[in-house]
Amino acid sequence: MLRDEYETVIGLEVHAELSTKTKIFCSCPTSFGAAPNTHVCPICMAMPGTLPVLNEKVVEYAVKAGLATECTISQDSKNDRKNYFYPDLPKAYQISQYDKPLCEHGKIEIEPHTGKKTIGITRIHIEEDAGKLNHDDFGRGSLVDLNRAGVPLIEIVSEPDLRSSEEVDLYLRKLKSILEYIEVSDCKMQEGSLRADVNVSVRKKGESKLGTRTEMKNMNSFRSITRAIEYEIDRQIDVIENGGKVEQETLRWDEVSGKTFSMRDKEDAQDYRYFPDPDLVAIKLSDEYIENIRKTLPELPESRKQRYLTEYGLSEKDANIITSSKYLSDLFEEASKICKNPKAVNNWIISDISRILNETEMDPVEIPFDSKQLAKLVMLIDKGTISSSIAKKVLVEMFEHPRDPEDIIDEKGWVQISDEGAIREVVSKVLANNPQSIADYKAGKEKALGFLVGQAMKETRGKANPQMLNKMFKEELK
Amino acid sequence: MDITELTVHELQEKLKNKELTITEITKAYVNRIDKKEKDIQAFVTTLKDEALEEAKRIENEKTDGDFVGIPIGIKDNICTKGIKTTCSSRMLENFVSPYDATVIEKIKKENMINLGKLNMDEFAMGGSTEYSYFKKTRNPWNLNKVPGGSSGGSAAAVASRMVPWALGSDTGGSIRQPSSFCGVVGLKPTYGLISRYGLVAFASSLDQIGPITKDVYDSAMLLNIIAGYDKRDTTSSNVEKKDYTKALKNDVKGLKIGVPKEFFGEGINEEVKESLENAIKVYKELGAEVEEFSLDIAKYSLATYYIIACAEASSNLGRFDGIRYGYRAKEFKDLKDLYRKSRSEGFGPEVKRRIILGTYVLSSGYYDAYYKKAQQVRTLVMNEFNKAFQKYDVLLTPTSPTVAFDIGSKSNNPLEMYLADICTVSVNIAGLPGISIPCGVDKENMPIGMQLIGDKFQEEKILNAAYTFEQKIKFRENHRPDEKEEG
Repeated sequence: MLRDEYETVIGLEVHAELSTKTKIFCSCPTSFGAAPNTHVCPICMAMPGTLPVLNEKVVEYAVKAGLATECTISQDSKNDRKNYFYPDLPKAYQISQYDKPLCEHGKIEIEPHTGKKTIGITRIHIEEDAGKLNHDDFGRGSLVDLNRAGVPLIEIVSEPDLRSSEEVDLYLRKLKSILEYIEVSDCKMQEGSLRADVNVSVRKKGESKLGTRTEMKNMNSFRSITRAIEYEIDRQIDVIENGGKVEQETLRWDEVSGKTFSMRDKEDAQDYRYFPDPDLVAIKLSDEYIENIRKTLPELPESRKQRYLTEYGLSEKDANIITSSKYLSDLFEEASKICKNPKAVNNWIISDISRILNETEMDPVEIPFDSKQLAKLVMLIDKGTISSSIAKKVLVEMFEHPRDPEDIIDEKGWVQISDEGAIREVVSKVLANNPQSIADYKAGKEKALGFLVGQAMKETRGKANPQMLNKMFKEELK
Repeated sequence: MDITELTVHELQEKLKNKELTITEITKAYVNRIDKKEKDIQAFVTTLKDEALEEAKRIENEKTDGDFVGIPIGIKDNICTKGIKTTCSSRMLENFVSPYDATVIEKIKKENMINLGKLNMDEFAMGGSTEYSYFKKTRNPWNLNKVPGGSSGGSAAAVASRMVPWALGSDTGGSIRQPSSFCGVVGLKPTYGLISRYGLVAFASSLDQIGPITKDVYDSAMLLNIIAGYDKRDTTSSNVEKKDYTKALKNDVKGLKIGVPKEFFGEGINEEVKESLENAIKVYKELGAEVEEFSLDIAKYSLATYYIIACAEASSNLGRFDGIRYGYRAKEFKDLKDLYRKSRSEGFGPEVKRRIILGTYVLSSGYYDAYYKKAQQVRTLVMNEFNKAFQKYDVLLTPTSPTVAFDIGSKSNNPLEMYLADICTVSVNIAGLPGISIPCGVDKENMPIGMQLIGDKFQEEKILNAAYTFEQKIKFRENHRPDEKEEG
């Protein structure tokens, strides 16, 4: 295959919105979804005469992200202006960091099918987000919403260490989980609080020189990032194989057509005229400041995973799934603590819960019930109040109309039948209706027992206690 | 008694003794504006009715305070809520700020009365106020001469007694040079002493608001009001609050004055030079120790200044894009055309010149040769001044190499106009305080200004040196604008 003759080189620029309460240079709220231009003030609207004041939380969060990815934290950093004109950029410059980023030289470990691998992090810097253009449906032009202008971002730039869409996917998931663990970003891709620009190039295997890269923007899910990369690798190889040259350009990924389109080529490459922002003083961080932040770092996914292997006896695969999200991991630990049955909690998370999340493309953060409710579900099974097949239905209900599992069971009348008399009645009825099965069982066909239990469950709409059914059928058939 | 002849500290005295009321004072200034503004053209916006109403309100409320009811004029690049702030630009012809600058909040807190917004070179870029989009302000000492700039409206309004005092801004000499041309006192405080919040930025690392007054005592008082750390301006300094009038000792015995000889070299007008030499003599008689020294680096200041100031301006003025506020071209094809036309039509030639220059020096490939180099020279200039202040308390120079020039004589020659800043820019480059006070007149009765430069946050030293000199030569008593119609 042609692909095998090529090597892909990928580097990522990830923008993560920081979850500070207020914007980076003013005290407007950062919350998502407000009516247009309601989270604005003279500063983030760039009224003449206004000045930025750096939100210290932004520095703290960025340093946290740097420490969690093993970066060196710069003690002498500054803000620079990146100048360009666009209606969503009210000052006509973005306050960012150019030659002195806050964090440098970090790394993240991933585990693709080819084995463990370290991805280098070139730098992490702080900057402000731009506003948003809403294109008028009636063709009267575009409307500017500046709610997002000045929302703090960190840009995390990776080394070109990634070699496949699989590695990119794993790197992004790992990065996302780290940012969630340290609680600096909620990383909601749909709301745009985690965005990735992907630089892709291909070269013939064995070639030491990098190929010409293209930069892809506008992907807002893991799936579209993978698709876009796969498409772009094929496109580039195709260009080269047909004797062409890959142009250095910025591409826009179109989700609907599954293709990339040129946004601008090198000819329009902008000169951003970076220079130090004279309105802001240098960012000087003491050793003590950095160490204090280091002390507040929570347990990171890698260390949690190790603990789950030893403390709870989880398999490596399960531990990986659970620790991939701070929310799942917290759910697991808290629910296990309450119900004292980590094995069961683990099973629920990696099977039914993960399946529902996948099917509904839901982020773990959006799970509508809490650890207490999950623990209750497990305990209801353990106590024999419901069967595990009923429990599956209860879980679906917990996703759809979140409330306590007891309430669901009460309302639906799903309490397990454990009354001996009632069970015996059902057993008698099933036996009376299935003489052939009795004969089969007596002839040594163990399977017949399962069939009879199944019939009894059907009769009771799944509510009968399966252990009791088993026991009673065996007794009757002796 | 003509009320408008009085300084602010004299007005305070009369108010305290109930010889005058706030309304009387305000009326006197409103009448004076009615009489003089047609000749001087110092205001972009006058607030005559508003001022009289405000005077009545304050009087009725019987508010206490040292500056209650004292009128003031504001340069039109300082944001005033509900009142137009135009920066004398077509771009902001109808712009009304939604907020008050920090200095305006302070003035309002004192219950002072705003008489209006004063003309300037567009976006504070210029040295003659001829680059205003709206009007050319005239020098009250000779209506054919420029008042200087960019705070020409502020200096002319004070000199023509249409306001008792005013706020200006100074990026490369914009308070001191027009004060010199108009025979009034102009102080550029240390960078960081006054909040820049609400001052429409020209060059952020150089801009500073300051007082333009009739005498040094008023200068110290207005500085008292506006100085102080502001959490909204992180470049403002958290220095201890002072009463600057306490520094006015009328005594310079033992004061060490350094005279950098480079400021008296080529290009300086003979009469200006003579006047300054005379001032040096006065200081010596008053017991100061005056010594000539070399500040060689000063010759690079002008180039350094224009690179840094234009670089910052090119970025600061990007926000005037016709999108959210300010001038927008009537017709445009697309976004680029909207930007191009709005900015081409909204900005005047000097502003465009500086934006282009600034854009150029920040461009990749030129950054190191210009902007970076200029920043390095800036450090050298600071170091040279530091060295000088190890030896001297105060430095003495002319404020400008010439007196006020004729309207129209330099407006088509930008380079010559830039040279008018040669004595003042290095003070901004180094972030130092500088004051201009009148030290004499030339044969044509045009005022000559002397600049005193202090070390950082040493306003007290230059104010005292200026005050002591002023008490000795009594400029205001001996010289006044030639007002024929008043006899």
